[in-house]
Amino acid sequence: MSDHHDHHDHDQDHAHPPGYRHPLQPDADDTLTYPRRLEIAVRELLIEKGIFTAEEVRAGIEEMDGRTPENGARVVARAWADPEFKQELLANPGRACESLGYVMDTTTQLAVVENTPQVHNVIVCTLCSCYPRALLGMPPTWYKSLAYRRRTVREPRAVLKEFGLELPDDVTVRVHDSNADLRYLVLPLRPEGTTDMTEAELAGLVTRDCLVGVAVPRKPGSK
Amino acid sequence: MSRAQGASAVKQPAYSPGDRVRVLKVDAPGHIRTPYYVRGLEGEVERFVGYFRNPEELAYGRYQGEKRALYRVRFLQTQIWPDYTGPRQDTLDVEIYEHWLENARSGA
Repeated sequence: MSDHHDHHDHDQDHAHPPGYRHPLQPDADDTLTYPRRLEIAVRELLIEKGIFTAEEVRAGIEEMDGRTPENGARVVARAWADPEFKQELLANPGRACESLGYVMDTTTQLAVVENTPQVHNVIVCTLCSCYPRALLGMPPTWYKSLAYRRRTVREPRAVLKEFGLELPDDVTVRVHDSNADLRYLVLPLRPEGTTDMTEAELAGLVTRDCLVGVAVPRKPGSK
Repeated sequence: MSRAQGASAVKQPAYSPGDRVRVLKVDAPGHIRTPYYVRGLEGEVERFVGYFRNPEELAYGRYQGEKRALYRVRFLQTQIWPDYTGPRQDTLDVEIYEHWLENARSGA
């Protein structure tokens, strides 16, 4: 019994023949696919030519990864707290976000869609994974899944129900297919009973999923 | 308002909010942003978004072409999916370029 594997604790009783080894989970990044090879080749050529440096590439990735849904939450909290800002956010979303210090994408246009007691908005990109990355960072994996993209345009209420959000029939569901140059942000309804909360506390109620429209903010302690 | 709008001073968008439009029912090759599920369907212009580079050219590295007017067009879900089970008023907004739209005047 030299193989330590035979001695470790399994959750369930499961014996293996001597010498058996569990198949290993492959590393996620071990496949040098064509697009990966192409990216590496182009990046290294551009660095060699002095177009940019490796350090600039790294800093760019770090900067992108630093964008999180908390940015969107702060924008929403400001809109809840400041009616004038909310007006500007709905009329000129990009400019409004820039006024809070966010650097927005210049090739696309941000659209803010407001939830009301009568209307619920939900965002999907059926063609790929368009998402307001400049504000929210990278989209979640489920947002890019074929099932979410296919089903959200087809049966949005069933999808929302699976996310735990069941909407009554008198609330209109508006699906937005982010299929071209708009990037959408949902402005959720401010939960009741939050009048005493500070802007920072309000921002804490706004999760990523609320900004995509598959959830709504809840007052702490409520359900 | 948008930096993406470019030389919008000389151009006028053909459609205004509230206009009834029909999406062309064309099976075109290439990098097409018009989803199949709305082709041939009638909807309402929700807003004119701005002028953007044509993705059908952009996808092949051609940046020189004229910018195209883009609209957000609203469709009734029950019209897109005849077996849609939700309420009649549920909608779906899709971004459509002007060259994929025509006036919808027929009573269809």
